[in-house]
Amino acid sequence: MATVTLSAVTKSYAGNAVIHGIDCVIEDGEFVVIVGPSGCGKSTLLRMVAGLEAITGGTIAIGDRVVNQVEPKDRDIAMVFQNYALYPHMTVFQNMAYGLKIRGLSRDAIRARVDKAAEILQLGALLERTPRQLSGGQRQRVAMGRAIVREPQVFLFDEPLSNLDAKLRVQMRVEIKRLQQRLGTTSIYVTHDQTEAMTLADRLIVLNGGIAEQIGRPIELYERPASLFVAGFIGSPAMNFLDGAAGDDGRVVLAGGTVLAATAPAGSGVTVGIRPEHLVPAAESEAAAHLHVDMVELLGADTIVYGTLGEGGPALLLRLAGIAQIAAGTRLPLGFPPEQLHLFDRATGKRL
Amino acid sequence: MQRRVVFDGKLLPYLLVAPQLAVTLVFFFWPAAEAVYFSTQRQDAFGLSTVFVGFENFAAVFADPGYLHSFQVTAIFSVAVTLLAMLPALLLAVMADRVVRFASVYKTALMLPYAVAPAIAGVLWLFLFAPGIGIVANALKWLGIDWNYLLNGNQALLLVIVAAAWKQLSYNFLFFLAGLQAIPKSLLEAASIDGAGGFLRFRTIVLPLLSPTTFFLFVVDVVYAFFETFGVIHAVTGGGPSKATEILIYKVYYDGVVGLDLGGSSAQSVVLMIIVIALTAVQFRYVERRVHY
Ligand SMILES: Nc1ncnc2c1ncn2[C@@H]1O[C@H](COP(=O)(O)OP(=O)(O)OP(=O)(O)O)[C@@H](O)[C@H]1O
Ligand SMILES: [Mg+2]
Repeated sequence: MATVTLSAVTKSYAGNAVIHGIDCVIEDGEFVVIVGPSGCGKSTLLRMVAGLEAITGGTIAIGDRVVNQVEPKDRDIAMVFQNYALYPHMTVFQNMAYGLKIRGLSRDAIRARVDKAAEILQLGALLERTPRQLSGGQRQRVAMGRAIVREPQVFLFDEPLSNLDAKLRVQMRVEIKRLQQRLGTTSIYVTHDQTEAMTLADRLIVLNGGIAEQIGRPIELYERPASLFVAGFIGSPAMNFLDGAAGDDGRVVLAGGTVLAATAPAGSGVTVGIRPEHLVPAAESEAAAHLHVDMVELLGADTIVYGTLGEGGPALLLRLAGIAQIAAGTRLPLGFPPEQLHLFDRATGKRL
Repeated sequence: MQRRVVFDGKLLPYLLVAPQLAVTLVFFFWPAAEAVYFSTQRQDAFGLSTVFVGFENFAAVFADPGYLHSFQVTAIFSVAVTLLAMLPALLLAVMADRVVRFASVYKTALMLPYAVAPAIAGVLWLFLFAPGIGIVANALKWLGIDWNYLLNGNQALLLVIVAAAWKQLSYNFLFFLAGLQAIPKSLLEAASIDGAGGFLRFRTIVLPLLSPTTFFLFVVDVVYAFFETFGVIHAVTGGGPSKATEILIYKVYYDGVVGLDLGGSSAQSVVLMIIVIALTAVQFRYVERRVHY
């Protein structure tokens, strides 16, 4: 078990900076998820922790030891790769035993550890198979098994579930979380799937273009996104954004003329964000605005209403719990609960 | 799903393979059949009459100490050529795989020997090592080594082994390089995280994953050493001195074309054919099973 400390970590490829100085202390036993769109540098950051990429600037420490110059094999970490990277010429048992053998454990100790991991991951019946005789989900579990038998200080995961089908993904997600709680090993997990990120993480690092936009607990990020990017990235369906401006008295008025119960520095341009699940249908007399309904999706557990704010206005999504019978073309009176509004500076994208 | 193009008509497939079949028939099956036929015949000294003699030619061949000697030479030669063509090729491929800058320059340079015709390659080595005039020969003399492969049979054998291996090096290099590049990087990364250093990764991951390539090249190289080295030997030593470099294929030529012993030479080539068929069959049967994963 160990902390992982990133201090002003940067990475450039041939002068092209892809990671622009990340600071983060990952506590002992914490499950941190790095999330962001494709190409934002998630894998690069993880691989720097693993020692598979050189660190251009700053330091990475595992425990008290700065590991910038330490070989991957001496970092005491284990990694689960997106394509699993199982050794194709070895059986499942040999795959898991490989690292232990190199570390010079006795045959009995290896057997015991592999058997234990196989039991946790339900791989007992598969130990003598080779990777190509396994299904995707089984391979994934072997990759996990190979990581946990080593009992490392830190687990690193690079999109380990992205090759699985949707149902298996949910199932493995739960298994990974349970496993990590049971083992209590510090873990860093990379994904571009925000549901995975929200459900797994003790803390999230939202990465955008090599910059950590926000670091915090998932609920913090959901409730108080620090920037437009985080607001749009976290939550599904994504947050609605509406253009507005603060008048002389500081009251925020939407482009369509709707006056909101929120204030911003007078005269500034703001982007107003509100999540689809936080918009509420209102009585006609109290309506702040109207949603012109285009389309309705009934998902059973909830209903997603697509429309525009006023005739021909900006697109707006509304999510209602349960089944709501709303016809396309309806004019739906809406309220904007003031405590659910997020205001962002339109120029910088930062939260106001 | 792979899309398959389906042609109607029965004729077209045959037409398409016909050129290949024709070449194989004319240049392989026909001569092979002729060899089998002549191996059972004996011609008189003037080529005027032939008689059927059954297995007499074979009996004569195996009773000939020169033939058994040639067998020995061939064994040493083919093992040495195969090893010498494969090991340095693997080493070079591993190094070329790591080169980042000017990679294509190295690769092209390493491919060049393959583009040289066997006889020309032979002449090249001849020029380098010819006693008295060759650059390398003179350098060796200067170092105090008594180099004269025209008199020393061991030196001659060494020279044709090196020349033949050099010629095959490029081919092996190319396949090894392709094999190395087909190994997913993440496997090596996983191994290094599992604690394996460079040499251990090579031994436990790279080599096993290269084994299909290695096996394939082994077969190709043995067949090469048996048959395709004729040009090199002919150009460099002509089988000499005193038969020290006379491998089986060269003896077939020498006895048949120079010695005009058509029956004996045919019997030898039939033996050679059987050896290669057996060798390949054994290799595929016993070795291939262990190299696939
Ligand atoms: N070896 C390399 N040489 C040059 N640029 C690279 C290299 N590896 C990655 N990059 C660049 O660094 C950036 C970050 O790449 P990275 O693989 O970390 O993205 P990612 O967030 O993991 O994306 P994805 O979700 O698609 O896996 C990308 O713009 C990529 O083009
Ligand atoms: Mg990635």
